[in-house]
Amino acid sequence: MIKNSDFKICFSVMTVLTILVGLFQSWGIALSMLNLCLISAVMAMGVNIQWGFAGLINFGVMGFLAIGGLATVLISVPPVPEAWSAGGIGILVSGLFLLAVVLSVLIINKRFPNHKYKNYFIFVIIILSIPLLKFIAGPSISKIESINAATSGFLGGANLPIIFSWFVGAILCALVAFVVGKVCLGLRSDYLAISTLLVSGIIITIVKHEEWLSRGVKNVIGLKRPVPYEVDLQNSEWFIKIVEFLNSSKLSKVLDFDERTSLLNQLVISSSGVFVKLCFSLIFLAVVLIILYFFEKALNSPWGRMMRAIRDNEEAAKAMGKNVVKQHLFIFMLGSAIIGFAGAMLVTYDGLFTPSSYQPLRYTFLIWVMVLLGGTGNNYGAILGGFVVWFIWIQSAPFALLVINIFTNHLDETNYIREHLVNSVPYFRYLMMGLGLLLVMRYRPKGLLPEKIIKN
Amino acid sequence: MDFLNSIILLTNFIIVPGITYGSQLALGAIGVTLIYGVLRFANFAYGDLMAFGTMIVILVTWILQSKGITFGLLPTALLALPVGILLTIAVSLFFDKTVFEYYRNKKSDPVTFIVVSLGIMFVLNAVVRIIIGPNDINFMDGHKFIMKAREFKQMTGLNEGLALKSTQVITLITTIITCSILFYFLNKTKTGKSMRAYSNNEDLALLSGIDPKKIVLLTWIIVSILATVAGTLYGLDKSFKPFTYFNNLLPIFAATIVGGIGNPLGAFYGGFLIAFSEIGLTYAYKKFFKYIMPEGLEPSTLIQFISTDYKFAISFAILIVVLIFRPNGIFKGKVI
Repeated sequence: MIKNSDFKICFSVMTVLTILVGLFQSWGIALSMLNLCLISAVMAMGVNIQWGFAGLINFGVMGFLAIGGLATVLISVPPVPEAWSAGGIGILVSGLFLLAVVLSVLIINKRFPNHKYKNYFIFVIIILSIPLLKFIAGPSISKIESINAATSGFLGGANLPIIFSWFVGAILCALVAFVVGKVCLGLRSDYLAISTLLVSGIIITIVKHEEWLSRGVKNVIGLKRPVPYEVDLQNSEWFIKIVEFLNSSKLSKVLDFDERTSLLNQLVISSSGVFVKLCFSLIFLAVVLIILYFFEKALNSPWGRMMRAIRDNEEAAKAMGKNVVKQHLFIFMLGSAIIGFAGAMLVTYDGLFTPSSYQPLRYTFLIWVMVLLGGTGNNYGAILGGFVVWFIWIQSAPFALLVINIFTNHLDETNYIREHLVNSVPYFRYLMMGLGLLLVMRYRPKGLLPEKIIKN
Repeated sequence: MDFLNSIILLTNFIIVPGITYGSQLALGAIGVTLIYGVLRFANFAYGDLMAFGTMIVILVTWILQSKGITFGLLPTALLALPVGILLTIAVSLFFDKTVFEYYRNKKSDPVTFIVVSLGIMFVLNAVVRIIIGPNDINFMDGHKFIMKAREFKQMTGLNEGLALKSTQVITLITTIITCSILFYFLNKTKTGKSMRAYSNNEDLALLSGIDPKKIVLLTWIIVSILATVAGTLYGLDKSFKPFTYFNNLLPIFAATIVGGIGNPLGAFYGGFLIAFSEIGLTYAYKKFFKYIMPEGLEPSTLIQFISTDYKFAISFAILIVVLIFRPNGIFKGKVI
């Protein structure tokens, strides 16, 4: 794997970017950028396996990320016993009701596959079940939401370590992707794009407004961490020793004891933040490498060849006896699971779940830019795209500020145009993304690291 | 009396807002469908094109207002509309020349077009936010209400009031005018017919001597007019916020596909279908039933199909239902 030139390009770009930011800005910023780059890389790999391997266009990334985020809440938050005793039964009953509806739809689908009015019947069942569900669950939902509305007002979670939620998020996403795939995957490419975008809209609406489940727009804060907290580190003997050892030359220059202790204190505080981020980076890097390893294996296996064959010529693959529908559904579920995994990672890293922050521009289309820019069909390309795009996304504001200052240098500080431009600096990132995407699509339509065609 | 009251109630809360919102969606959906029919791709930059047109209209409105020019009872934005339309056409043609033409000549697949339209979406998004900012802007001036609820109650002596905002009437009239001209153009004039022919069968149209460049140019002009008009009407009726315009793209897409993608008349009906189901399904009918049911049988619950939070989700759900039952849309798609 190490001999691969793409691998070298990919990870040397990553190292160089991180070190540059670390030297010129600060190591804290560099590491948080690296972490988000790594998460983005996982997301991009998830989209890449759908789009690059199988040619399925999934604009529902945002929805799957939100489901992954929801999983962290459902797994790691301690349960709220009052809420469970107040409305738990109602929720369970409505859950059973929902299950019954789904089962009846499935049974009808299986029993009468060719009945003329089958679809209409299913449609009527679903339409009728919505008000019924509201009727069953309504009272318990309002009970749950009224308990400690300011601090909880939801059912809580399972109080397990948050790392489990990454896997649960992936499984949940795979299940949702199964349903979505059953409905949408038969559609042509552009219809599929639009319908997945709309499905992700529905998912976000549910996560945002079902407060008993996710606290909705009230957000969940203070989620658990798989790594130590800064405060604990600052009070632990070994950490202070390490910091003292690493900065011994700096400390030895300060002779006064009091000054030295305060300097050491400052160093401990700043390096505890860096240390926590470094722990996150190591975990995320491990995730990226593991997924990369398996995806590379998959890509070069007979299964990967089959997927590419299906992508390049569906009819021919069908004629060769490959079950295109089944494979499409499988890869759609697989990719969505990876995206959900990344969504859970993102929420874990942020430490809070804010359903209203999920917007298609940032969480769907930006990920797509990563894949398209990096190189469709190439895992290294997806990782590189994740890095480069996130780097541009983060650094475009300071860069735009620099450019604006150069061009408006002759103008007065209080000049209207200058002030206006400086205030709108955050939006230059959209401009850079758009221009970047247009340029890449025009001059390097296969991305920065194009797919390697293996010829036997 | 109770019956009249119930009718007025429904008119005030469902029919009037439904027609207004439906008109705005319909204008937008016709634009999307025309692009799909002639240029054969789903344009994701359309919402931001609407935002761009509206932004120009707002800027010109501000200039006019600062010079003391207003349109009397009507909003000044209507005076600024032509400028907005012209600049939007210019932007559309600029992007067509610099971006889309290359892929059209290469005969790229629809997905490539979608991806480059995403790029344009990002760019327009940035341009709008850099020039006018991301905040809510209310640029409606002139006479606000044609009829206030209280005046209506005094006039008729009914319990329920019927409020009629001037923006609602303006929206309806503008939509009727725009759509009549558009459908007359598409169905009766030679250029319109050649456009439909091109959409129906490109090769055959080329053989018949139809100039594709002219058709593409014409399409972008019509689409830009529709985008600016729809955006301005929406902004007048509610308010202008770049993010809302991007979000409105989703119900517009739903309306387009529900009506049959590539079919302007279908898109027109699709817009109204989406608007009425969004409003009708989230309205609480408790008061309505109070009027028409005999005494003692009044409902105790809200009689609301689904809460207003799910307004957008309804249009998406309708779309998915349509995609399962009739993937070509309710009205047969793919022909202008």
